[in-house]
Amino acid sequence: MALTQKQEGNAPILSVSNLNLHYGDAHALKGINLDMVRHQVTAFIGPSGCGKSTLLRCFNRMNDLVESARIDGSIRFNGDEVNESSTDVIALRRRIGMVFQQSNPFPKSIYENIVYGLRIAGVNDKSTLDEAVERSLKSAAIWNEVKDRLNESALGLSGGQAQRICIARAIAVNPEIILMDEPCSALDPISTLKIEELIEELKNKYTIVIVTHNMQQAARVSDVTAFFYLGELIEAGGTRKIFTNPEKKQTEDYITGRFG
Amino acid sequence: MKLFWKTGEPYVLATGAALAIILVMSLALVGVVMSNGLGYFWPRALVKFELKDGTAALGQVTQREKNPINGTRRIQLKVANRDVFGQDFRWIDENDIASRSTPADAVLLERNENGNYFGFLRDVSAEGLTLAAATPYGKLQQGLKLVSDKQDETLKIKKQMSNLNNTAESLRLKLLKLEYRNREKNSAEIGEMTAAREKALAEFTLLNEQYTATQAGISRITARFSDAAGGSKEISLTEIVALQRPNSMSFFAKCGAYLERIRELLLDDPRESNTEGGLFPAIFGTVMMVLLMSIFSLPFGVIAAIYLREYARDGLMTRMVRIAVNNLAGVPSIVYGVFGLGFFVYGIGGSIDSLFFPERLPTPTFGTGGILWSSLTLALLTVPVVIVATEESLASIPKGIREGSLALGATKFQTLTKILLPMATPGIMTGLILSMARAAGEVAPLMIVGVVKLAPTLPFDTNFPFFHMDRKFMHLGFHIYDVGFQSPNVEAAKPMVFVTTMLLLAIVIIASSAAIYLRNRMRSKYTTSTF
Repeated sequence: MALTQKQEGNAPILSVSNLNLHYGDAHALKGINLDMVRHQVTAFIGPSGCGKSTLLRCFNRMNDLVESARIDGSIRFNGDEVNESSTDVIALRRRIGMVFQQSNPFPKSIYENIVYGLRIAGVNDKSTLDEAVERSLKSAAIWNEVKDRLNESALGLSGGQAQRICIARAIAVNPEIILMDEPCSALDPISTLKIEELIEELKNKYTIVIVTHNMQQAARVSDVTAFFYLGELIEAGGTRKIFTNPEKKQTEDYITGRFG
Repeated sequence: MKLFWKTGEPYVLATGAALAIILVMSLALVGVVMSNGLGYFWPRALVKFELKDGTAALGQVTQREKNPINGTRRIQLKVANRDVFGQDFRWIDENDIASRSTPADAVLLERNENGNYFGFLRDVSAEGLTLAAATPYGKLQQGLKLVSDKQDETLKIKKQMSNLNNTAESLRLKLLKLEYRNREKNSAEIGEMTAAREKALAEFTLLNEQYTATQAGISRITARFSDAAGGSKEISLTEIVALQRPNSMSFFAKCGAYLERIRELLLDDPRESNTEGGLFPAIFGTVMMVLLMSIFSLPFGVIAAIYLREYARDGLMTRMVRIAVNNLAGVPSIVYGVFGLGFFVYGIGGSIDSLFFPERLPTPTFGTGGILWSSLTLALLTVPVVIVATEESLASIPKGIREGSLALGATKFQTLTKILLPMATPGIMTGLILSMARAAGEVAPLMIVGVVKLAPTLPFDTNFPFFHMDRKFMHLGFHIYDVGFQSPNVEAAKPMVFVTTMLLLAIVIIASSAAIYLRNRMRSKYTTSTF
């Protein structure tokens, strides 16, 4: 079922093969095979409970926190196996950043939020941190809004701003991949638009995997779209193709709004 | 009518009423204690009653009531002069009173012994001293000033004496140790030390003689007083702690006397089996015990809660531990006292003694009640509160915050120390406040594990190692019990009970307010609201 669209000269940065995941007795992911290409935006769509977030959380091993989760199959990140017990999870998470559905700024200043990832990695040099703050806030297109109040609490920001702070926080450690788990579902249309423009920007430097409920969003921002249903990957391919000419009936039904 | 019940209005009223009752009860509690306690220090008038049978009485009116036997009104008078009349109080029937007056020259003496003296000054006799003042009262004031100056000097001697005493005592203990280990081998050292100790003791004796002589010199300055009943009494000026003529004092002078009494209360040692004087050792003991308790219970409770909430696998064992912790909070405190005595004092303390201080046995060092064991016992009593509060506040942190930190490559431990613990601090502080309030008010277990009626020394002083954890200490809660119910003169000690209660309340309120202030500052820093 490897329906991956490969562009010339682009090896997959993440490659999932035959991945199964069980939560206790529930079979949440069933035999997933999927490749994600460097500097592309891959969107996961599908109805609630189809396993798209679960798959996303496999990439940076966030499912380790769920005691009942059991994974088999292979996820290769730049050729290295992610699921092995010998994998350095800390280093992995530094290279694969994540943005959550609910913006989750820490109860610290904006500055401290951004440098958190660097500080825990042991970077304490003031000029390096300052430089990282400016760079990542600019990349997250929020520098102009917060540059005068870097030392104020990040809890005072609006939802859209907080979400962009979380993106900046993920960028600050220079990851290769940014995973976004429905980053706009709690935001108003204007904030959503800003984040979408931001994704377009970030694509040049990072590989992005985004889970979304909003099909227009998937169509607008992604290069590749994967459709999930009940734990199975139904179809994956170029976004244009999926939205205009899907191969599977289920995909077409979902996209045209007949179910889901 | 049905609508009235449906709207829930009655329930709102009921909740309001419940709140009002609670408020009234707490205010009444504080009010009763304050009104009884604060009035005690106000210099009250000395009233002289001429009775119909020709006798007279001088004193302060303490209460009026209906005589339960014959129904007439009667007055309770504090006549003081315990050594002359045998008791401090007497009842006077209002029918028996011929006249009453407040003589301006009536004096109130606070004495070192036998309580107050109410009477009239006759003359001052100072051998070999010329007092320049014209009136006897002026002479008395002058003499008192002189005596207090001299006593400051003797205080220096006393200090030297106490230092020598400490040296001699530590030498004695070292000697004991040397002798215990090997008398023959250490004989040279023993000889040296014995000599040093004897030298210190000789010096002590010399100073003591000097002290006694000076003291005797001062005590020759005396004053003669007469009381309302016609008797007269010679009182040495060294015995007089304070002198007042309350009937001729102005309002401001009374305020001054009042403040002076408050200062004495807070900073001086108790006198007269705790019914007079200050409460400093008890205040100090209470505060130090509560602080020590916090030092033990806070880290222990927080670490236990972190393990339970963050690391322990949720299973039968964890659930049992949790139930046990919650039940511990409900165990009667005296049970902790008995446990503390058996486990800390006899068990650990006894082992420490036999391991480190075997030469002092059978005199116990740590194997008897002390401030360390008391604090540990109370820490055990309050640790469940800290555990529960910490667990609750850790549990209330949103999952997203943890995941956000972990997703950035933080380890579980980094997430805990950098994000979770700071966010949980306000909740932990709440637990600490509750446990401090509980510990400060607890008396029953302390009576078994280290509180005494009168501790000769504070658990902290300028002698190495400064904190003497093995010492017994005084405690305000126990003080209330002791002064109120165990003192030889309960009626005279009654005001002291209220004053002590007030102070204990004040300490609890001050400690809690400080902690609440800190908590609110932290809370405003960590409030989670994004929209």
